[in-house]
Amino acid sequence: MTKKVMEASHAIAEAIKMIEPDVIAAYPITPQTHIVERLSDFVADGELKSQYINVDSEFSALSACIGASATGCRAYSSTSSQGLALMFELLFITSGMRLPVCMSEVNRALSAPINIWNDHQDAISCRDSGWLQFYVETGQEAFDLSLMQFKISEDKDVLLPSMVCMDGFTLSHVYEPVDITTKKLVEDFVPRYKPVHAVLDPEQPLTQGPIGFPSEYMEIRYAQCAALNNSIKTIEKVFKGFSDKFPVQIKNSRPERYYHVEEYQLHDAEIAFVAMGSMCGTIKDVVDRLRNRGEKVGLLKLITYRPFPKDAIKKSLKGIKKIAVLEKAISPGVGGVLCDEIAGVLYKTDTQPDIRSFIVGFGGRDVKLDHIEKIYEMTKNDKGSKEEWMF
Amino acid sequence: MDVLEPRTASQSGSFKSRDLKMAIMGLPEEEYFAPGHRACAGCGAAIAMRLLTKAAGKNVILVESTGCIEVVSTPYPETAWRLPWIHGAFENAASIASGVESALKAKGRKDIKVIGFGGDGGTYDIGILGLSGAFERGHNIAFVCYDNEAYMNTGIQRSGATPFGASTTTSPSGKASIGKVQWKKDLVHMLVANGAKYAATASIAFPQDAFKKIQTAIKTEGPSFVNLYSPCVPGWKYEPSKTVEVAKLGVLTGAMPLFEVIEGKHKVTMPRDPEKLKPVEEYLNMQGRFRHLFKPKRDDKALEEIQKGVKDRLRLLLEYESKGL
Amino acid sequence: MIDFEKVKQTVGGKKITLGAVLKSDGSTVATKTGGWRSLRPVTDFSKCVKCGNCWTFCPDASYKKNEKGYFEVNLDYCKGCGICSEVCPVKCISMVREEK
Repeated sequence: MTKKVMEASHAIAEAIKMIEPDVIAAYPITPQTHIVERLSDFVADGELKSQYINVDSEFSALSACIGASATGCRAYSSTSSQGLALMFELLFITSGMRLPVCMSEVNRALSAPINIWNDHQDAISCRDSGWLQFYVETGQEAFDLSLMQFKISEDKDVLLPSMVCMDGFTLSHVYEPVDITTKKLVEDFVPRYKPVHAVLDPEQPLTQGPIGFPSEYMEIRYAQCAALNNSIKTIEKVFKGFSDKFPVQIKNSRPERYYHVEEYQLHDAEIAFVAMGSMCGTIKDVVDRLRNRGEKVGLLKLITYRPFPKDAIKKSLKGIKKIAVLEKAISPGVGGVLCDEIAGVLYKTDTQPDIRSFIVGFGGRDVKLDHIEKIYEMTKNDKGSKEEWMF
Repeated sequence: MDVLEPRTASQSGSFKSRDLKMAIMGLPEEEYFAPGHRACAGCGAAIAMRLLTKAAGKNVILVESTGCIEVVSTPYPETAWRLPWIHGAFENAASIASGVESALKAKGRKDIKVIGFGGDGGTYDIGILGLSGAFERGHNIAFVCYDNEAYMNTGIQRSGATPFGASTTTSPSGKASIGKVQWKKDLVHMLVANGAKYAATASIAFPQDAFKKIQTAIKTEGPSFVNLYSPCVPGWKYEPSKTVEVAKLGVLTGAMPLFEVIEGKHKVTMPRDPEKLKPVEEYLNMQGRFRHLFKPKRDDKALEEIQKGVKDRLRLLLEYESKGL
Repeated sequence: MIDFEKVKQTVGGKKITLGAVLKSDGSTVATKTGGWRSLRPVTDFSKCVKCGNCWTFCPDASYKKNEKGYFEVNLDYCKGCGICSEVCPVKCISMVREEK
């Protein structure tokens, strides 16, 4: 156990340092820069033996990771917003080729207008790409998930790329106490990557990335989607293993037992907030306030976003009549993304809850305690419409 | 010795072979690019692939961009390749190659060479960023472009490598147009400026020369590039049997000069005399993509411009060579 | 080295591979592209000088050197492009129409 007060970006860099990817491909974009800068410091000081490629663009970053992973090596990159958008076609390719590339995604709003501050539109817009997605609330969770994602992605039953999403600036640049454990414990928990299908070696020549005609493509996609769905079991296994091996060192820094969701005061709640990311910290404070006033309210925080933890959500929200989903992403023309996905899960269950989305925090707008109190009030008193923008 | 000159059986012994095993015309007999691939009859790029893989040998990893060859060579569940091969996307052969090269470094495998390749579309245009970056970073990669001078796989659209006056589906000749109005992008010199230790142009019509240049690129420590002119039957519009003849005329008229830039210094292979060039018209006249320069009316202005451009370019290359540049 | 058996999968009765990976074993040889052609090359071996041009320039690697050093075309793959006929220095290859 090693407790340090550090920026969440640096906590991620510490995690990656212990994981020791064979190849790191990095292209800078605010607010991801502190991660890749710290990693290059480690390399320059000889503390990290990875091959560090200062690529020329984000699509080159993910391309280089594809090349490295296809050669049978562990590959890592990191990006945000416009960078993720530039990687877009390659996200699908990485997943389609079943390459376990791991990425840290520092959530930032998408242009236009150009905006470097936090919301979830970037990663949420890539939810169909076949990548696993996790959202973290604290620096500790960022560190922990950055270790776990390699074990999950590289699992022979998964073999899919993953991204750990953390809020830009509101988490990435915030100093918190983090327990960064020890390298030995990490090495015990995350063994070296053993390729199942992806090697490029003259001793065993393979062809990777062929054309898939209509007669073949659909089955290959099915296998990919099935693997993503089934990865939920592997994720649970890794969450459990991690929670067993690494008990909580800093109070309130992370869930006691990692799981796809975290319930906060949900046990007898009549109204539930649902949210992802660092704003959950603020929401927990409001829940405490409201509880002190006798309100029966709780929070369901999603950690695993893809695969969508349908059973866990159904179980946690069972019996709750009113649900307020706080969203940092929208599908224009339809509405808040998370709200609709949760409504889909709860469709035809016994409780037919009133579920609404509240759009918050776009482009780095502060999500304040007052906003959340107002959301609670509107939900409790059935005020407002199905989609409310909380300016 | 000009490969298309008649030769007797006794002269075939003068060819050197890479190793003492069986070689034919100086090229190893082993085929790493299997038949049954879906390339057009007479495909120049398919000839290029046989040359490339023979020059490469076994200890390589091939990284290819989307394009004609990628599509015709890997019709899942079949593959024409007998070497490790990966394809990712259109614009990123060089970027993926950078990742493979770094991974090999991480594994300590200095004995394996990474070869990136693609058509001119994926190399000159959409792939230029990744290529420039890979060369600037100095990766130990040989990059070969099979240059058929347009986006052939998607239906003969104009690329940065399309020559002046060529008609393509997105730069067609017409009442108000001569076809492509820009001259061919000079990728070789761009990459020399970007850090290529060795850069060359070659043609499938001169296979021993192409073989030698690709081998030089592979043996070079650091980034190297070979532009391998490969005629395209449906794209250039000629009879399939004429692929090699068209390629040869392209060289002998100076339209496709063959040269090398070795550590920044030019060495012209052929032709070497701007005054003794075959008229470029002979080359243009063979191809339907230049037909509008001859029929219904001769476009003397354009033809003179092309002839002048070709001569000037060769003169310039020879000048670089003579001045040690 | 990977165990290629572990790469094989079945979906709805169809055999596929994980991530569409294939062994680089030149399996396109299963497709006889010779069916494409309308002309086929015929070599007059009495004139052939064994130069190897036909072998060198065939886009489909359809020529093979026999024990006597002559080059024989593999009609399974020959697409009938006629390049061999053009590049032959002694013009001993003629292109003959396929009967059907």
